[in-house]
Amino acid sequence: MLTRALATFVVVLLALGVAPTTGDAQAPIKIGVIQPLSGPVAASGNYVRMGAEIARDWLNAHGGVNGRKIELVIEDNKSDPKEAASAAEKLIVRDKVPAIMGAWGSSMTLAAMPKLEEYGVPMVVETSSAASVTKRGNPWVFRISPPSEMEALGLEQYVDKLGVKKADFLAVNTDWGRGAIQAFGDMLKKRGVQVGVSEFMEQSATDMNAQLTKIKATGGDTLFLTTAVEQITLVLRQGQEQRLQRKVITTGGSSSPTQLIKQAGAAAEGSYHIVFFMPWFPEAMPDGKLAKAFVGEWNKRGHPFEGLTEGFRGHDGIATIAEAVKLAGKDEPKAIRDALWKVSFTGVNGPIKFDKDGPAGKESGQSKPSIFVVQVRDGKVALPDFLKK
Amino acid sequence: MEQLLQHLVNGLVLGGTYALLGIGLTLIFGLMSVVNFAHGEFYTLGAYGTFGALALVGLPFFLALGAAIVLGALVGALCERTLLRPLRRESIDTVMLVMIGVWIAMQNTELLVWGGVARSIPHPFPTAPLTLGPLNIAPVRLFVVAAAAALIGASWLLIQRTRLGTAMRATFQDRDTAALMGVPIGRIHTITFAFGSALAAAAGALLGPVFLAYPSMGDLASLKAFSVVILGGLGNLAGATLGGLLLGVAEELGAGYVSSGYRDAVGFVAIILVLLFRPAGLFARAERVG
Repeated sequence: MLTRALATFVVVLLALGVAPTTGDAQAPIKIGVIQPLSGPVAASGNYVRMGAEIARDWLNAHGGVNGRKIELVIEDNKSDPKEAASAAEKLIVRDKVPAIMGAWGSSMTLAAMPKLEEYGVPMVVETSSAASVTKRGNPWVFRISPPSEMEALGLEQYVDKLGVKKADFLAVNTDWGRGAIQAFGDMLKKRGVQVGVSEFMEQSATDMNAQLTKIKATGGDTLFLTTAVEQITLVLRQGQEQRLQRKVITTGGSSSPTQLIKQAGAAAEGSYHIVFFMPWFPEAMPDGKLAKAFVGEWNKRGHPFEGLTEGFRGHDGIATIAEAVKLAGKDEPKAIRDALWKVSFTGVNGPIKFDKDGPAGKESGQSKPSIFVVQVRDGKVALPDFLKK
Repeated sequence: MEQLLQHLVNGLVLGGTYALLGIGLTLIFGLMSVVNFAHGEFYTLGAYGTFGALALVGLPFFLALGAAIVLGALVGALCERTLLRPLRRESIDTVMLVMIGVWIAMQNTELLVWGGVARSIPHPFPTAPLTLGPLNIAPVRLFVVAAAAALIGASWLLIQRTRLGTAMRATFQDRDTAALMGVPIGRIHTITFAFGSALAAAAGALLGPVFLAYPSMGDLASLKAFSVVILGGLGNLAGATLGGLLLGVAEELGAGYVSSGYRDAVGFVAIILVLLFRPAGLFARAERVG
């Protein structure tokens, strides 16, 4: 009888929304996280989540932010733009988060963005590459990943050394893939490189033989490949099955070369990858000590090593928001947004500081991330010869 | 010309696997009037079953394939006995909703057990392709096509030439009369569902090593299986086989000569045309179920 009365009491308390708390000052600071935790690109989203959790635990171990703990409210967007929009709405309306990190893919991020403007909540974009993310005039968007244009500019200096003379493109049929073809195509044309065909694949497609047959017929020397690691694995394997002899360069930083070596084997040999974190040589990162500590913590938690090239994004995204909350002095969306403009610190990728991007008066924030190129050689990840000192 | 030949070879290889996916689904629908939304999950089960048998149990490759197929049949039989049998007198919509539930439950179980990261299933075939003039084809794909053809042939023989197959067809034609003639309807349903599920698991076991295994892999497989069944006519085994090959070639040529961005659209345009002009399926006049 007593237990039943007690249970009723608790239920009534919860229903009234007066669950016992110890006052607002001690309540945790909530940060919303939207990632693809299931669906075709689930692996990447889960790695970002793991990185975000490391940032949260590190911050909390040092007393939190402004004396309050950080709490992550994590939502799955199921690799689906529609779900990303409803996840953003749920985080803002029901969980009342003052800031969000998300939403991995460009199409997912773009779908969530109108909700930010509608409710006035800032979002730090940790992965998306499509130019449109910061060009749409949404002043609540702050991106710490490089847009494809920036990646293309980063690669431009190596085009001759890589020996790119005639290039073809194969990309996932999303805002990310289409944007990357545009950006890298423009850069290559400017350098006088011939551009062959541009082929697309659906995000869930597994058989790319039709596209590869077409690409093979152009007689180019280089294939620019823009998609996540799962499809890169399949394209490399199927390219081998068709005797497609190309220099492969992946863009977007979601290629996880370590996983490719494991799953594509010899088919990955010689491929080049644009990455934004080099866990194989953390000491070469802008803040070597932080990078080393991050790799160490990742391994200590038993997370797979191949997830590190994605996981650092989660760390840097949460660290950016925490930094803004600290500067703002409170966890209120508008104050965090204003404070994001003043953020300046070094994350795992490198220095994070926002410049204005997009139409005047409604600019989004865009940082200048560090960009690296690595190569798979003898079944290991190495710096390409032209980068060796 | 060389490119066209390669596209045709690619399309037929892909179509063979679509056919294998389609016949399991069409059998279950034709015999039991169950719209099996969980079909793709049995495909996933087959792929992970192979992975588990290889990586965790350490079985040799071909035994692992067999084990995965048996696993598919067992889970299928279990599903029929526990979920479908009590609903046999219910409307097709109720059963459909239950199968959607099975689909979601199985997919999330796979996510829970294996995690979201794709798994690569090792196979013993050489990775270098066989080359015939301008054509290239990977040995593992040849094996998949041969195995798919063998499985389709065996299914056809089972349904056309055995006593069990006769009982299955009788049940499909008229359940009550078949029951009066002494056909154990309950057992026929269990066997049919297990058999259809085993075929889906076989497709997953064969294609897992070609592609990758991941929890949502069944969604695409379901989509293709339904397309094949609609193309070929519901409950039509030969139709599903031809429908599979047709869909594979149509997608491949669409991607090769129209636009790879609209690859899936080409398949669906074909389906819309079929539904408009031959609503019962392209091969509707052939005898249903076998």
